[in-house]
Amino acid sequence: MIIVDNISKSFGDTQILFDVSATFTEGQVNLIIGASGQGKSVLTKCIVGLHEVDQGAVLYDGRDFSAMNRKERIEVRKEIGMLFQGSALFDSLTVEENVIFPLKMFTDMSHEEMRERANFCLNRVNIINKNDLYPAETSGGMQKRIAIARAIAMNPKYLFCDEPNSGLDPKTSIVIDNLIKEITYEYNITTVVITHDMNSVMEIGDHIIFINQGKKWWQGDNKEIIKTDNQEVVDFVYASEFMRNLREKLINS
Amino acid sequence: MNLFEHIGRYFIMLKSVFSRPEKFKVFWSMFFTEINAIVISSIPLVAFLSIFMGGVISLQTAANMESPLLPDYTIGYITRSSTILEFSPTIISLILAGKVGSNIASEIGTMRVTEQIDALEIMGVNSIGFLMLPKILAMTFFLPFVTIISMVLGLIGGWIAGVQSGLYSTETYLVGIRYAWYSEQGNLFYSLGKTVVFGFLITSIASYYGYYTKGGSLEVGRSSTKAVVAASVAILLANYVITQIVLV
Repeated sequence: MIIVDNISKSFGDTQILFDVSATFTEGQVNLIIGASGQGKSVLTKCIVGLHEVDQGAVLYDGRDFSAMNRKERIEVRKEIGMLFQGSALFDSLTVEENVIFPLKMFTDMSHEEMRERANFCLNRVNIINKNDLYPAETSGGMQKRIAIARAIAMNPKYLFCDEPNSGLDPKTSIVIDNLIKEITYEYNITTVVITHDMNSVMEIGDHIIFINQGKKWWQGDNKEIIKTDNQEVVDFVYASEFMRNLREKLINS
Repeated sequence: MNLFEHIGRYFIMLKSVFSRPEKFKVFWSMFFTEINAIVISSIPLVAFLSIFMGGVISLQTAANMESPLLPDYTIGYITRSSTILEFSPTIISLILAGKVGSNIASEIGTMRVTEQIDALEIMGVNSIGFLMLPKILAMTFFLPFVTIISMVLGLIGGWIAGVQSGLYSTETYLVGIRYAWYSEQGNLFYSLGKTVVFGFLITSIASYYGYYTKGGSLEVGRSSTKAVVAASVAILLANYVITQIVLV
């Protein structure tokens, strides 16, 4: 479980986050949604420690991450997997080497054991016989799946996904969503997903927080978001006519 | 950011560069990869430049020696002195600041803008040490060897150019090369010592600009340019300071 306790963050004179609190439970897909520029990415970077918080605390299973020194943070980070928006695979390494990389850095596994684990993770995300390709030789959807394989290689307790569907076609987006959902339930991971994708919100949102103007504006799940009367959430989620009609039908049914 | 802020951040960065690697096995593997990528791959360019520059130095020296009182072996002596004192250590380092410096800054800068550095940090890897230390050590320890190759090839270039032009004989050139060697061989160590400093400056400054790139591909290009300019300026300043301290 990750607890975000009243965190604030400013860059110079511009305050981005205002006293944001949230709880992300294990075995659930937790979504952070909101319009562009509202502070979702900054919130996530504060949670994983890529940005230092100005105020407040981030607790990983009761451990105060924001108060830890670099060495202590490294230990927590070994339990974190992250899927970046652009996949962030290492260009100079092959698909297999990318997945092996965290194992090589932080375990004493033999090369054969590492290869076995990498193949298991790649098979889990349906990447088969692509081990020797370089990331540039694979499609966007495959890169996301390889990045998921790398993120789960170390058996993480916490998985962060920054806009996992950006730049993907709807069919591949569903594949990635399902993969995130399955992995979360299968390994009882605390998963936090930042997304704009409304399909993801409806399909995998076990717990959703809506960030607006740097504040937590609303929270609920994928059923509650249909019925919410919070105007900002409605304006964001049901921005199109089609979505508004769909919402009405869902409420009426 | 002003100059002092850059310098401050650069020294803070250096502290992380020299922290203990997470895994020595991975570090050594990267160290040897970097020796190949940034040192050995530079040898053909260095060899080409050195042969031709050595040739030009000797030809220009010969062309400008008008006094009949100066013996012909002076050409060999001046070629040796120019090559060992300045051309091989300083000019080759400036050229490598362009080749290697831009390569490092753009490589690390691209990793920054494509979030690969964030990925390393999230995994718990000290990204500064992981990316920079192998490059810095490879260049710092092996640039002197590249410089020795450059010196030898520069002198060979001078010999080929002079002899094939009929300006002096092999024997005369060799007399010049050997002239006062015992009293001046300290110059060789001074030059090689300089390249240790230059190698460090090229790789650390280029890494610095690459690591702190913000934005997209345009900024990667800008970082690469800034890295080359800053490394070149640093080499020239360091060259002056070292020369002042050691030779004067």
